[in-house]
Amino acid sequence: MNLKLFVWRQKGPNSQGKLEQLEAKNISPDMSFLEMLDEVNEDLIKQGKETIAFDHDCREGICGTCSQIINGIPHGGQERTTTCQLHMRKFKDGDSIYIEPWRAKAFPLVKDLIVDRGALDRIIQAGGYMSNHTGGSADGNAVLIPKPDAEVAMDAAECIGCGACVAACPNGSAMLFTAAKVTQLAMLPQGKIEAAKRVCLMTEQMLKEGFGNCGNHYECQAACPKGIKVSFIAKLNREFMKASV
Amino acid sequence: MILDGKSPSGPLSQKWSKYCQDMKLVNPSNKRKYNIIVVGTGLAGASAAATLGELGYNVESFCYQDSPRRAHSIAAQGGINAAKNYNNDGDSIYRLFYDTIKGGDFRSRESNVYRLAEISGNIIDQCVASGVPFARDYAGYLETRSFGGAQVSRTFFSRGQTGQQLLLGAYSALSRQVKLGTVKLHPRTEMLDLVVVDGEAKGITVRDMVTGQISSYAGDAVCLCTGGYINVYFLSTNAQGCSVTAGYRAYKKGAFFANPCYTQIHPTCIPVTGEHQSKLTLMSESLRNDGRIWVPKKKGDKRPFNEIPEADRDYYLERKYPSYGNLAPRDISSRAAKEACDEGRGVGPTGYGVYLDFADSIKRLGEDTIRARYGNLFEMYERITDENGYKQPMRIYPAAHYAMGGLWVDYNLMSNLPGLFVLGEANFSDHGANRLGASALMQGLGDGYFVIPNTISSYLVSTKPGKVKLDHPEFKKSQEEVSTMTKKLLSINGKRSPKEFWRDLGKVMWNNVGMARSEQSLKEAINKIPEIREEFWKNVKVVGSGTELNQELEKAGRIADFLEFGELLARDALHRNESCGGHFRTEYQTAEGEAKRDDANYCYVGAWGYKGADKEPELHKEPLTFETLHLAERSYK
Repeated sequence: MNLKLFVWRQKGPNSQGKLEQLEAKNISPDMSFLEMLDEVNEDLIKQGKETIAFDHDCREGICGTCSQIINGIPHGGQERTTTCQLHMRKFKDGDSIYIEPWRAKAFPLVKDLIVDRGALDRIIQAGGYMSNHTGGSADGNAVLIPKPDAEVAMDAAECIGCGACVAACPNGSAMLFTAAKVTQLAMLPQGKIEAAKRVCLMTEQMLKEGFGNCGNHYECQAACPKGIKVSFIAKLNREFMKASV
Repeated sequence: MILDGKSPSGPLSQKWSKYCQDMKLVNPSNKRKYNIIVVGTGLAGASAAATLGELGYNVESFCYQDSPRRAHSIAAQGGINAAKNYNNDGDSIYRLFYDTIKGGDFRSRESNVYRLAEISGNIIDQCVASGVPFARDYAGYLETRSFGGAQVSRTFFSRGQTGQQLLLGAYSALSRQVKLGTVKLHPRTEMLDLVVVDGEAKGITVRDMVTGQISSYAGDAVCLCTGGYINVYFLSTNAQGCSVTAGYRAYKKGAFFANPCYTQIHPTCIPVTGEHQSKLTLMSESLRNDGRIWVPKKKGDKRPFNEIPEADRDYYLERKYPSYGNLAPRDISSRAAKEACDEGRGVGPTGYGVYLDFADSIKRLGEDTIRARYGNLFEMYERITDENGYKQPMRIYPAAHYAMGGLWVDYNLMSNLPGLFVLGEANFSDHGANRLGASALMQGLGDGYFVIPNTISSYLVSTKPGKVKLDHPEFKKSQEEVSTMTKKLLSINGKRSPKEFWRDLGKVMWNNVGMARSEQSLKEAINKIPEIREEFWKNVKVVGSGTELNQELEKAGRIADFLEFGELLARDALHRNESCGGHFRTEYQTAEGEAKRDDANYCYVGAWGYKGADKEPELHKEPLTFETLHLAERSYK
């Protein structure tokens, strides 16, 4: 199939960007979305033009590197699917596709479709961990963890840190991302000890980075490729309240 | 040169504790004076940087990704082995050690493997303490599953995302050290050279992938935790950015490269669909716990799966290896799939695929149980193939997956260049000629959390902190070399894209140096690869400039290294006139078609030394001595 692409091109953070029209020709339905872009880039090379810069790495939906807004939706709108796992069979011959980077105040643009998500790392650095030392840990079965708690912790831990939740949110909020880590650690007995301090430090960093607040739009949950639920935001708020009273 | 692995003396089970008792320590107040460079933030790199920072060293951590959390360890699915014997099924440190040595076809160093088995239990404890949500049973205890090459259930897991959870655990520990100020992160920074001063590794030269700036960092020791080289096959299960570059450039600076021909082709991956393919996706080996692998008995049987009766199906792994069945080790399972397809019994549109069938397990356990165990894998399979694995058998085919070979290291994980440490998949040390499933995660974390914090001090006590400063001429020289190569790549302005050369190389590697190799196929590869390389340096087209973010330039640099390294891999395979593990030479097989080792002549580690461009590399040997185990034919029947 042949497609008409409108791709965001921007040299650097301070240059002016614009949507550039490009053709994607002879695209197989078995290609992934990024393989389609690979083909377009190979064409651009043939013409001696600069390729479209986009972030990607594992191409199996787990590293969280790929980050494109496709036709207005982060990762393109297929349920529980990252851009790299989206396949061209979801599109039709002749379709127009708009491809843009994550847009949020806390994610400055680097080039074309690439943004800087360092703010998410800094939220984790603020307190998204247990303060344990290597070595000297008790046996893994010394503290038993009820299966339901371990399952909720795992549901939250599935977050890949791609930032689609931020890109989808009208407020550019990172509440879902922060909530996922806070919940994971607060559900585990080992994590309860520092829970209060952790939630305060992480939310404070979140605000410092310029992320907005949750406005209950639930766009984050709809866009999340790992199905992280907004109920974790309720858990975040609860943990925050517990820490503050 | 005969290399010394520096295994401590004494009985196997006491070597590591004796080493730890005898080693010299760096005074706590002196630790912060030592600057340690850690390249890579996967399981090995993140756990090493975090732990070294925690001990008080000054750590600089580098990765090419935009965040350390994205290193490719994150994609490991199935699990992590540990000899906990929680199931009372007969597991022990010795058994894990034995399984790993046997799985590696008796081509690994006994003392390293025993140490790994010894610390495997601590790794689980450490991960639990740092918040890794391992699977638990209803009583709250840790659950395990079975993996290939073992008859006990010792693999701990977090659904189908164990690598992700372990990496995020190590990343959390790393993040904590960043906040405490002991570790400084350098994301989107690619190591392009190792700086060696007076024979010792004292720094690295890097390219800032956003600005294009080339600069150097000095360190008292350098730890390479840069993963494997399996992308030399172009199509593999590795991430797009995985490369041999860090290791290969260290090799060009004098570090020996050991056993490059030991490559792992993973049996359960989604088959190739066409030329456009950029990567192959692995389906966890854990699926083989409940899936049965089969092909039609007859050649060219094109009936759909549901019209092929039981009597016409060949469950070839169960037939050939009754005691291990579908859980035979990876090399054996992959080769068996290739044989079936080469005989014309493959399935799917290309004929290069075999069925992985869950029908029996669904009948026995119900679809819900299968969904609970592997739900995310079935979803992933459907996303890629548009087929429902619950309703019809999955189609799988082997794909390049893991590199057992890597830079040579001794028991300290130090290469022949003093001050250069190599951890995780980037080194050669623990998996011999074939790695067992769920052992890579164990080794990565074992090296980073528990081995390097001890062994690095043995080196540091012998070197004064800050001995070499950035103003040393070697740094300038290294930066000039890197700049020259960058400029050259940008100036060729030929007709073909870097990727085209990568694909050409991949085809030669897969066809001639893949699952089955022969003297003839290897000699052909050794002729063809230099031709591709020569054309690359005349006809590659790298668009964009060197002073900005340029993904084509990054790719071209990595491909340039693969084009040299592929030849080294083929040379190693040609010199090793035996079959062992993942290295299968068609001339050396038993009457039943199994790998035939030659212990009299090849029971050694082959470590190659760089002698200059267009010169043949020099082979160094580390003889493998088995003090505890007897060399035996590896049988899984």
